[in-house]
Amino acid sequence: MAILEINNITKQFDDNLVVDNISINIEQGEFFTLLGPSGCGKTTLLRMLAGFITPDSGNILLDGKDITHLPPEKRPLHTIFQSYALFPHLTVFDNIAFPLKMAHWDKHKITAQVEELLEDVQLTKFMRRYPHELSGGQKQRVAIARSLVDRPKLLLLDEPLSALDARLREHMHIELVKLQEETGVTFVYVTHDQQEALALSSRIAVMNLGSIEQLDKPAVVYSKPKTYFVADFLGKCNLLKAQVLAITDTGVKLKVADSIEFEIVDADNCDYCVGQIGWYSIRPEKIKLSRKMPTTEFMYIDKVVVNGYYYYGDATLYELSFDEQVKLQVMLSNTKAEEPNFFIDNSEVFLSFDPEAGNFIAEDQCLS
Amino acid sequence: MFKLTEKHSLSLAPLVYLILLFLLPTIIMVFIAFRIPGSYGGVEPLIVKSTSSGHISINMSLDSIKFALSSKFIWQLFLRSMSYSIITTLCCLGLSYPLAMMVAKSNKKYRDILLLLVIIPFWSCFLIRVYAWMIILGPESAVNHAINYVIEFFGFSVVNLLYSPVAVIICLVYINLPFMILPLYANLEKHDEALIEASRDLGASRWQSFWKITLPLSMPGILAGGALVFIPSIGMFVVPELVGNNCSLMIGNLIKQQFLQTMNWPLGSITAIVMTVSVLAISALVGVVASRMGGLRYANK
Repeated sequence: MAILEINNITKQFDDNLVVDNISINIEQGEFFTLLGPSGCGKTTLLRMLAGFITPDSGNILLDGKDITHLPPEKRPLHTIFQSYALFPHLTVFDNIAFPLKMAHWDKHKITAQVEELLEDVQLTKFMRRYPHELSGGQKQRVAIARSLVDRPKLLLLDEPLSALDARLREHMHIELVKLQEETGVTFVYVTHDQQEALALSSRIAVMNLGSIEQLDKPAVVYSKPKTYFVADFLGKCNLLKAQVLAITDTGVKLKVADSIEFEIVDADNCDYCVGQIGWYSIRPEKIKLSRKMPTTEFMYIDKVVVNGYYYYGDATLYELSFDEQVKLQVMLSNTKAEEPNFFIDNSEVFLSFDPEAGNFIAEDQCLS
Repeated sequence: MFKLTEKHSLSLAPLVYLILLFLLPTIIMVFIAFRIPGSYGGVEPLIVKSTSSGHISINMSLDSIKFALSSKFIWQLFLRSMSYSIITTLCCLGLSYPLAMMVAKSNKKYRDILLLLVIIPFWSCFLIRVYAWMIILGPESAVNHAINYVIEFFGFSVVNLLYSPVAVIICLVYINLPFMILPLYANLEKHDEALIEASRDLGASRWQSFWKITLPLSMPGILAGGALVFIPSIGMFVVPELVGNNCSLMIGNLIKQQFLQTMNWPLGSITAIVMTVSVLAISALVGVVASRMGGLRYANK
């Protein structure tokens, strides 16, 4: 049974529909991420789970119990705020002990429990310090310890790492995943950072304009985006105009960029119809470039012109075009040479890819 | 060698007027306490040359100090002033806190207007505001009639609101209210709403959240407001004179009387010194207690 059931939640502020009829089931022990640009409604949804906002309609079940109208303090879940929200007048110890004191725990039990948590986040030395005497990473760890100290059923995290610098953030990624595995607490994580979402989550819900565009495992969301928005929002993506030529037993036959034709496997093929327009999406790193005619059985395109490149250190992104107007990006790992680019601008190269590495995104519903 | 830097020279002007207008008068006041009162005000000359013997003597005594410290009347006035000021401060705090909270939580658009409403009474003279209260509390006022109607209903004898300790405290509270509201507002306005949400999220009810988070964090504002109300209240003499009676005189009235009516300057001086020292002592005590209270000093960081 799902630990958290979100059923048909809708929230409107004035004339603005912020969360539009969202339903999600989250399993016990999941690291579930709500990913989306600012204003997509992910934070509003999280605040409804925490109890700071009441939904206009729908209900929320936590462990089978309806919590839709419970005040925040009555919900067996905690939130980690973007600003950490540590109490400045309390020491690290008292901050972490706060939820236990509110729950009227026995004094000895509080001390023992807080000390255990302090050890878990390696802050035992700092327990007498005040929040302003801590670094950003330490504050973050206090916030996590404070939220996990009474073993909540669910932990909500509202962009908790956005105030940290890139190196520290990567370090915290590892710690978060470790803590989550150790405690077994279900995490609902809100972020606009796609790298973070892909690296941490067991499942991702990509949100846009108050609804969920796609909900799946990170690898599926990344490599088989269901909508144009998901493809565009998550990393770099080539979106080539495509049309359905035929529907086969296992997938669809596509005509891409008005020039190349190939067939891909697609389980949703019964939703498409012949002549339907959309995009063929393929990630830049899934395409190969070569100076000579490729010998693979994959699709290839010749006379592709190199327009320029961006050097990222670990990889180089090439801007390419073929048939004069079709533009493409290809990402190649810098495995060999010291020089930033293998291919000189304005040279003609061969491009090859496995059609199955991409997928078809329909633009509209089938007309027929 | 001491070098006169730009920073030092900038602080020179305030230093000069602090010495001229604050330190020097204080020293003179202390000095006067040891002098002998003059027959028609002021003090007897310090150096007296006896006309008969030509003997020169220095004219100082501890009489005034002995009298002041042993006078039951002065101590009574002093304790009354203290209790009036403490009551005033507590009333101001009780009235200001919800108001300051409301202004701080209100929409940014209206905050300035609401603050303006708090400050507007300052635009009229202090005396006029006290006179206004004399009308409100007067024997023929609606307030007086209404209260007496209720009192009579329960079978008690009629009271006069005006010229009573109650009137003194009402006016003291009214006059000092903005000095409590403004520092409290300045403090509460800076509070991070996320802290309240965090406390609720971690299991605190609205009330617990107020007692455990909002109140401790607003301690600096409470202390600042408390000092701004308590210190001027204790020396107030206009209010008890206008709306009080003989049983509600405060230490300020005594000091004023000694200087302007009884013409006993040394006694006035020593009374003023006792008052100043006790206010300083109370401020220091409150300061020490407050800084002992854990993370209070970090409350606004």
